Amino acid sequence: MTAVLEPDEAATAPWISAYRASDVEITQAVTTPLFRNPGKVWWLALLLSAPFMAWFVAALGWVFYRAIGVWGVNSTIVWGVAIADYVWWIGIGNAGTLISAMLLLTRQRWRASINRFAEAMTLFAVAIAGLMPIVHLGRPIYAYWLAPYPNTMSLWPQWRSALVWDFWAIISYLLFSLLFWYVSLIPDLATMRDRTKSRTGQLLYGAFALGWCGSVRQWRAMKILHTTMAALGVPLVCSVHSIVGLDFAASLMPGWQESIFPPYFVVGAMYSGFAMVVVLALAIRWGFDLQAIITREHLDVIARVLLMSSIVMGYSYASEWFMGWYGGARSDRSLVAFEFAGTYAPLFWALLGCNVVLPQALWFPRVRGSLVALFAISVAINVGMWLERILIVWNTLSHGYMPSLWRAFHFTIWDLAFVIAPLGFFAFLFLMFVRLISAVSMFDMRELAHREDMA
Amino acid sequence: MTWPLLAEFQDPATLIAAARRLKGSPRFTVLDAFTPFPVDELHELIDVGPPRIRVAMFLAGFSTAAFAFGLQWYSAVIDYPINSGGRPLNSWPVFLLVPFEVGIFAAALAGFIALLWTTGLPQLHQPLFDVPSFERSTQDHYFLLAKGENEERTHALRQLLRTAGALRVTEVRAP
Repeated sequence: MTAVLEPDEAATAPWISAYRASDVEITQAVTTPLFRNPGKVWWLALLLSAPFMAWFVAALGWVFYRAIGVWGVNSTIVWGVAIADYVWWIGIGNAGTLISAMLLLTRQRWRASINRFAEAMTLFAVAIAGLMPIVHLGRPIYAYWLAPYPNTMSLWPQWRSALVWDFWAIISYLLFSLLFWYVSLIPDLATMRDRTKSRTGQLLYGAFALGWCGSVRQWRAMKILHTTMAALGVPLVCSVHSIVGLDFAASLMPGWQESIFPPYFVVGAMYSGFAMVVVLALAIRWGFDLQAIITREHLDVIARVLLMSSIVMGYSYASEWFMGWYGGARSDRSLVAFEFAGTYAPLFWALLGCNVVLPQALWFPRVRGSLVALFAISVAINVGMWLERILIVWNTLSHGYMPSLWRAFHFTIWDLAFVIAPLGFFAFLFLMFVRLISAVSMFDMRELAHREDMA
Repeated sequence: MTWPLLAEFQDPATLIAAARRLKGSPRFTVLDAFTPFPVDELHELIDVGPPRIRVAMFLAGFSTAAFAFGLQWYSAVIDYPINSGGRPLNSWPVFLLVPFEVGIFAAALAGFIALLWTTGLPQLHQPLFDVPSFERSTQDHYFLLAKGENEERTHALRQLLRTAGALRVTEVRAP
């Protein structure tokens, strides 16, 4: 495979690593991989994701059939992997829209090459996250009781319940993200409609492009809507993950009942999401020869964001420990001691290593410049963030107010299924996305190239 | 009967220069431009009327949020009062979460509907799509649609577009 847009490391412009990037070159660089044979790597990746998909479907089926007793949850540790998964996936899901909207509002033009796939990542991750509470309900057939509707039981949802807030937060956020993504996709769908040679492609892209022709009125309407949605999207994203934080903070358990939880969860979400963006960016850049569009400069900037987030995470952890000691409650102090030296201590130390210690390597420009190191650190951060979420659940529930109720979580094979298998499902969705829709926003790239005088 | 002319340009700078020249002359009307990316300068040259998208978003967002709050209040205070841990029936601080979420989504949805409304989309086919090479308006070429009052002026317009650097000028015979 040869790149349409030849990458040139010596090029002077920071955000496009080539000497020239005309409209044609950008259009071709992005669309050519979609119209040619996907190649061995893509098929291999798809083949690899297939068993995980099957595993996920089987695990879902088994939980629906036998209920949540197949997990390691018990009457003390009532929450488990599904809840940690929910927080982790929605965290990743928050980052795409947050990154895209925040960078749009702050006029960071380098967002052009990463916003599209970051938003797609959001959609898939939120969709997976939305499944988790339903699975965890144990009676998934009654999930619709969360919605207010006229019913013969004359019942209403309990609006003071965190579960009800979750329902509205997830559903609003998922639909909002879908719209935000689609609005900026319409012009690119029109490009695809006009470039594809297959009849099916013309019909499908044509239908979804709605007849877009890039007129002045259309561009203006689209830009106004997109910017306004970005301005609404940032507080929405923060509120969604704050509500996830409130699931814990609105309780009365030691280690959960903390006012720091909402902002701390939002930072954690951005952190794991940015790490996932690095992983996906490296994959797309390599798989589709987009080295000229997703440049080393982009990766460097994202690495700096990761570094900053890791410091804020470290600060959040430290303030939790400090407040546990300073608050003086015996249960809180005992919980902090349990975190460092109790049943799950090795996992806790691993989480600190992955989230706080290892990312400090990003202070060094050489580490930020090394794609292998960046990839490894990003994967480590994602593992660390998952550990953080599961430990928030396990530590508190294993070490509550009543010592006679202290228990450990017994991890079962079906817990493992819910940790690993959704990743395969996510990979499958993402592989489909990169084959069907341009993974980089073409019109944003054209605008960037014209601004940088490179067209 | 005269028809509008569609001129094709290679880059946005030529298109803007041509549009400025037409704008300076009272004999021609600049109708619209079609570009592969949003060209901000064109907003000053081509009048497309006031945008009403944000008004729709504002109205839909706040009315949906108000409705959601009202629904919670009615169900929790009037229709199904439950003493939950001694909290007041009207726990309004907690009732603000759902209106915030659905309000933002409703604003976005209304904005999208307003976008379709103001731009006339979806319109899967339109006469311009029959113009050869118009498909490049979504890829790398820049198009300007302009009109002269009568035959003579249309002729002059064609000349002017040619000298302004148009690669091709097509008469668009469509209603």
